[in-house]
Amino acid sequence: MIYLQLFWSFLQVGLFSIGGGYAAMPLIESQVVQGHGWLTMNEFTDLITIAEMTPGPIAVNSATFVGIRIAGVGGALVATLGCIAPSLVIVSILAKVYYKYKGAKSLDSVLACLRPAVVALIASAGLGILRNVVFSSNALGMQNVDWVGAVLFIAAFVVLRKLKWNPILTMALCGALGLGVNLLLHGLPG
Amino acid sequence: MKAREKRRVKTKTLWELFAGMLYISAFTFGGGFVIVTFMKTKFVDEKHWIDEQEMLDLTALAQSCPGAIAVNAAILVGWRVGGWLGMAAAVLGTIIPPMVILSAISFFYAAFASNPYVAMVLRGMQAGVAAVILDVVCSLGVKVFKGRSWLDIAILAAAFVATFFFKINVVYIILASALIGIGRVLWMKRKEAAK
Repeated sequence: MIYLQLFWSFLQVGLFSIGGGYAAMPLIESQVVQGHGWLTMNEFTDLITIAEMTPGPIAVNSATFVGIRIAGVGGALVATLGCIAPSLVIVSILAKVYYKYKGAKSLDSVLACLRPAVVALIASAGLGILRNVVFSSNALGMQNVDWVGAVLFIAAFVVLRKLKWNPILTMALCGALGLGVNLLLHGLPG
Repeated sequence: MKAREKRRVKTKTLWELFAGMLYISAFTFGGGFVIVTFMKTKFVDEKHWIDEQEMLDLTALAQSCPGAIAVNAAILVGWRVGGWLGMAAAVLGTIIPPMVILSAISFFYAAFASNPYVAMVLRGMQAGVAAVILDVVCSLGVKVFKGRSWLDIAILAAAFVATFFFKINVVYIILASALIGIGRVLWMKRKEAAK
């Protein structure tokens, strides 16, 4: 049963993530965090962080990570299969159509309308992650602001946007600074 | 004799497809387009299995289909070079490295994340990943606004409000914008026909 659920959830991720890269992220969040509660928002954010630091598509990384945590190695296999199954079917059909007709203008035009929607969905998922970074609990209030996280975010955003720093380097530095500043502020844990 | 030789060549091609994708997938950080670039170097420039223009078309196709660009590109190149078996070899080569790496990480994650030092590092990195994603969003968003198409801007705004404030399922938002896209194609065709 859990195998079927995993397969079905990641099938939807594979089927509706169009445009690559981050396009899968809002779909994974809606399935895994909101739909089934398989991961908390914090675990999901960790997953995206890990996916960003390791090779491989976010969808395949997430399918493996979630599958193995929910149902072991079998879970990882069915979830990954679910996430590539739509590609296998659709890409092979479109490849045949493509070689027959060369250049599908109508498809491009439909995709042109999807693009702004995908940008909006990624923005929304990104803001969800940002909220998780800036507020240490679900309640939004000044007393719950994680100032270290907020300052790190702003600094990282500026160096990425203005100085075009390498994303992986920026994230690694954020990790190191997060550790250093928290140790300075709160002392050794425990 | 000839048939056997042909089969041997075929097995060699399948193996090269699998090993090539395995290598590329294990060492490529940074998403679909980076991996497609490496695939071009390997299969177009080095092996001459596909010509450059066709690789560009396959990339565009991989990008327009649902799913991960890397997997889609592997399906197309594998199918083009070695038929159905080639497709299987290329896809397996593409997904095995991330599956192995993420399995290992998820195995250690629970112990890892409860360590207070690791938790601090992860928390800092979360701030970084939020910045990376919102930086990408800004670049993509600027492109949409620069296009000066009111329909695109309206779709962006409506999709954002629907998902962020009303928590409408992402799938419906994608389906709705695809329908708008189909509607626009039909309307343009009618306008052309009327001319």
